[in-house]
Amino acid sequence: MNHELAELIAKQPLDAAALDRFLLAHDVPLVDREGVTFLFRGTADAVFLRLFIAGLPAAQPLERVAGSDLWLLRFELPPGSRFEYKFEVVRGASNEWITDPMNPNKAADPFGANSVCQGFGYLPPEWSLPDAAARAGSFDEFALDSRHLGRRHARLYLPARFRRNRRYPLLVLHDGTDYVRYAQLKSVLDNLIHRLEIPPLIAVLTDSPDRLHEYVGFDAHADFLVEDLLPAVAGRVPLDGDPATRCAMGASLGGVASLHAAWRHPGTFGRLLLQSGSFAFTDIGENKRGPVFEPVVRFMNAFRAGPGRPAERIYVSCGIYESLIYENRSLVPLLQKQRLQVRYEEARDGHNWQNWRDRLRAGLTYLFPGPLWMVYE
Amino acid sequence: MRDYAVLGPQYLSPNLRDALAGLGIRGPLVAITAGWQEREGEIDELKAHVELPVRDLGLYARAEQVYADDPPLAAAARERQERLQELQELYRLRLAALMGALAELATRSGASRAVRHARRAALGDVRRLDRQHLAATASEHERFARRWQLATRPSLAAHATALAHAIAGADAVLVAGGHVAVLLNRLRLFGIGELVRGKPLIAWSAGAMALTERVVLFHDRPPQGAAHPELLEAGLGLIRGVVALPHAHARLALEDPARVAELARRFAPAQCLALEHGSLVRWRAGAIAEARDVERLSRAGQPLELAP
Repeated sequence: MNHELAELIAKQPLDAAALDRFLLAHDVPLVDREGVTFLFRGTADAVFLRLFIAGLPAAQPLERVAGSDLWLLRFELPPGSRFEYKFEVVRGASNEWITDPMNPNKAADPFGANSVCQGFGYLPPEWSLPDAAARAGSFDEFALDSRHLGRRHARLYLPARFRRNRRYPLLVLHDGTDYVRYAQLKSVLDNLIHRLEIPPLIAVLTDSPDRLHEYVGFDAHADFLVEDLLPAVAGRVPLDGDPATRCAMGASLGGVASLHAAWRHPGTFGRLLLQSGSFAFTDIGENKRGPVFEPVVRFMNAFRAGPGRPAERIYVSCGIYESLIYENRSLVPLLQKQRLQVRYEEARDGHNWQNWRDRLRAGLTYLFPGPLWMVYE
Repeated sequence: MRDYAVLGPQYLSPNLRDALAGLGIRGPLVAITAGWQEREGEIDELKAHVELPVRDLGLYARAEQVYADDPPLAAAARERQERLQELQELYRLRLAALMGALAELATRSGASRAVRHARRAALGDVRRLDRQHLAATASEHERFARRWQLATRPSLAAHATALAHAIAGADAVLVAGGHVAVLLNRLRLFGIGELVRGKPLIAWSAGAMALTERVVLFHDRPPQGAAHPELLEAGLGLIRGVVALPHAHARLALEDPARVAELARRFAPAQCLALEHGSLVRWRAGAIAEARDVERLSRAGQPLELAP
């Protein structure tokens, strides 16, 4: 624990003014090489740390420092870790989940916001931040009438200096809007293209109105991607027709949808970028992840029985604090056995958008190496 | 006697106009922007910056036309490209092993005579491999030019005449950056090295690399793969005695003395020049007459200001 804080709380009664000064001078939670200390101030009957790390209890109680309104909890945390959390504050019959009032570092996702704990040595990647020097790409929205899913909307990301006399690689994203909102996709693409780490490429951003139904190994969605969306994009922008320049990507169930589409339509996507895929399967017995996962398990069991060659080069990543780490680790040798080019990366992170953001550079540059060595502008 | 100037990147803060003024050039210019590939000829910003008439020579588009008009030449060019790629891959494979040995020796503690000797020998091995690669790629180009009689080939003749006329009417030739291999390929195809003889040349980034004797590809922090600087092939050799390193501060670990020294020694006696935004080196009668905001990599491992 922080030495200064330890001295403060060792003295009774607690010097509130000194504590105020300490908190003003330090970022919380307090992070050091060995671990992390969470702090909360306020009157409450109980305070819990609610965190999303597989392997740790979902709720851990903070202890109140006697004679004060300060609550604290410390545990070991490996360097480089990052995870998201909330506090559960219990006051009488009231039970409230809140972000950490003293931690300004928050991560947004479709369900709201979480506080972020950045372990010792973790730094948000600078290539994900907006860079004024990087030429900016643009978005172009369009609608299509799908034979499989009805009317759909999608967005094209066009790289800076887009020219119709050039043919581009294509990235097909599931949950595209969330990738832009929560994983800074536009800054990442702008920066990596500007730095020549990936070639100028076009991305088509799709979203689903019902991802729990459409992203779980749903044939009609795979057919929509390949038979409706891809031709619609090709009709709008010049694409390189080689499957090696076509990638499907997604996170969580979006990873399942990507793998499923590539498996159902082999030869279409030469590249796959799968982040924390919800690749639930059973070797024997019942699925224990709930009814939403029934179709996922059916697909994954079929896939595991006959993986074929969904793509020639595949990037897989997963956070080791995720419950899905087992499923993702299990996928890799299966793909390697098919003699596919596979890169697998783990991070000390959870099932969240900042984890997926942080892996984008490694994934995209592996799947689409840029002209870094040849272009000097 | 013609003058040359090489500049750093021109994207954010161009200094091309200053370079032209320094060379006393006030007349029309021709530009080579083949390194921009499909964006070739988009020179409105360049024109606005220099405030002089500029005509793009259209080498990238001309090459496309030549290959469309002359399918046997196009097929031969593709085959040559495949052979060059194979040479590059084989060179890279051998280079990785030699650079690995060099790095391993650099970490050996102590400086016994045997270790010092081994380090010198390892560097010598790298330099020898570089020379072999240069010779092998040059041989490919010579064979191709001879076999397909580029100097007199009908599909190229009309372009050569038009290019010679355009260059003759210009006060200076600008060579922009971009894809260095594409640029060099087009410069060679149209014999630009001969056509610009006697003309002042101003080149930046990949353009500067292409005019030197050796084109060195480099990046110390690529997101994937090894980071050994490698030779592509010989440049046109119009500018001698330097290795052009555009964006060196972004691409190279210049804070690492061992890395800087290794690069400087590997390409000695040529001077490795870090070309950044605002950099300018001007040659007159074969000697450096002016240098602004340019660093040379010293054998001692420091980037030092280049002085005329």
